[in-house]
Amino acid sequence: MTASTTEILKRTPLYELHLKLGARLVPFAGYEMPVQYPTGIVAEHNWTRANAGLFDVSHMGQATLIGTDHPSVAKTLEKLVPGDILGLDLGRIRYTQFTTPDGGIIDDLMVSRPLAGSDDGHLGLVVNASRKDVDYDWMRQHLPDGIILHRADELALLALQGPKAVEVLARHCSESSSLAFMSSARAFFDGIDCHIARSGYTGEDGFEISVRAEDATRLAEILLAEPEVKAIGLGARDSLRLEAGLCLYGHDIDESTSPVEAGLSWSIGKRRKAEGGFIGAERILKELRDGPPRKRVGIRLEGRAPAREGAPIQSSDGKRIGTVTSGGFGPTVNAPIAMGYVEAGYAETGTPLSLIVRDKPLQAAVASLPFVAHTYKR
Amino acid sequence: MPELRFTKDHEWILIDGDTATVGITNHAQGQLGDVVFVDLPAVGKQVTKGGEAAVVESVKAASEVYAPVTGEVVAINGELSGDPSLVNRAAETEGWFMKLKLADPGELSDLMDKAAYDKFVAEG
Repeated sequence: MTASTTEILKRTPLYELHLKLGARLVPFAGYEMPVQYPTGIVAEHNWTRANAGLFDVSHMGQATLIGTDHPSVAKTLEKLVPGDILGLDLGRIRYTQFTTPDGGIIDDLMVSRPLAGSDDGHLGLVVNASRKDVDYDWMRQHLPDGIILHRADELALLALQGPKAVEVLARHCSESSSLAFMSSARAFFDGIDCHIARSGYTGEDGFEISVRAEDATRLAEILLAEPEVKAIGLGARDSLRLEAGLCLYGHDIDESTSPVEAGLSWSIGKRRKAEGGFIGAERILKELRDGPPRKRVGIRLEGRAPAREGAPIQSSDGKRIGTVTSGGFGPTVNAPIAMGYVEAGYAETGTPLSLIVRDKPLQAAVASLPFVAHTYKR
Repeated sequence: MPELRFTKDHEWILIDGDTATVGITNHAQGQLGDVVFVDLPAVGKQVTKGGEAAVVESVKAASEVYAPVTGEVVAINGELSGDPSLVNRAAETEGWFMKLKLADPGELSDLMDKAAYDKFVAEG
């Protein structure tokens, strides 16, 4: 709890609202962000699973890749990611990764193709806050003439997540309820021009709302006035995504882990698996063919003590076989849970493991992911 | 009547004869948030003033708790294993961590009383 020294932290357009709501603000990826509000992480987590939670995720990087037509801009992006971008239908969103020449992950991102024909040749991107500059530099190094990267730093991003998100949003934005999971559309929220996507990072049904910075507080306050909605901080966002088995960049995935090791092969398009043609394809296609040397797995612990990132993982005969990359307490599971990488031979669900915490082994076992079933509306 | 004394590391201590009951302050539990596990020392363990005596796990992170005085652990609060949230609900009473047999009563002199601790917290 030492005070930050010289780093100047950025603030999102909702900063004043966070203060008003009594948020505890912490430095996160260069931003001063709410880790929790007065009710605390467990209450916020449970509220989101039962009702609707509103998250400020304006620190994330929003950008648009602009070309003349979909095939040319899609093929440009496909050199950098293993996802099928060319085959993205109008109004659809795809999860993919920027990959290094060695097949590691530079960042994971969402790519959306606009619905309107007039925006043909545009691709909306949402990247991690901590990787914005790296991602944008990487893209610019690889963009041909005629394709422009526009940083949409003038936009805020709010996420409304939970089983009641759809009914709440529909009161203000009639376009929202007909949107399928992993689709997006331009919409009007009580007259506020915005872009809504049915997606999120909690495992729950929900939406991400991209809106001009100057409209963000008004939109957030309208949502928070609904009885089903409470503001939720980054602490609960982390416990929700861990229960949902979703990767956090810099922890569960990084430049050393491949999408195959990370269990993200599902996000690699069928055509891309056959054709390759993206940076890092050599390792990724080899691992798809032969299996990766290690795999990301879910882990359930037997007692009540959690294991945190960095905890060594041992097999039942005491051999070091991996490391925990995310770990904590899952409020919905009501037990300590973790994710980590283990040698491929130990990745089968049910395999007994020991996690070493403060020099003591905690009994655990490989668990199937997610820990809490997703409730996406497909 | 004995009163709680406090450390700058946000522990409290209650002296009864040569036994000290130790816990974390209400301010500390508020900072930690929802406590999900408390790793307590074994009875019989010797702890040294300022040394690690226990670990509190909140949803978010693990935090060390330091021994406010030197001594032998003579009891631990068994209630915390089944109900760690007792630390949040009753940090300075039923949510105690351990009892220590004091090795050096002279160590008590630099602890703060309630007024001094509240001032210390308020000044950040």
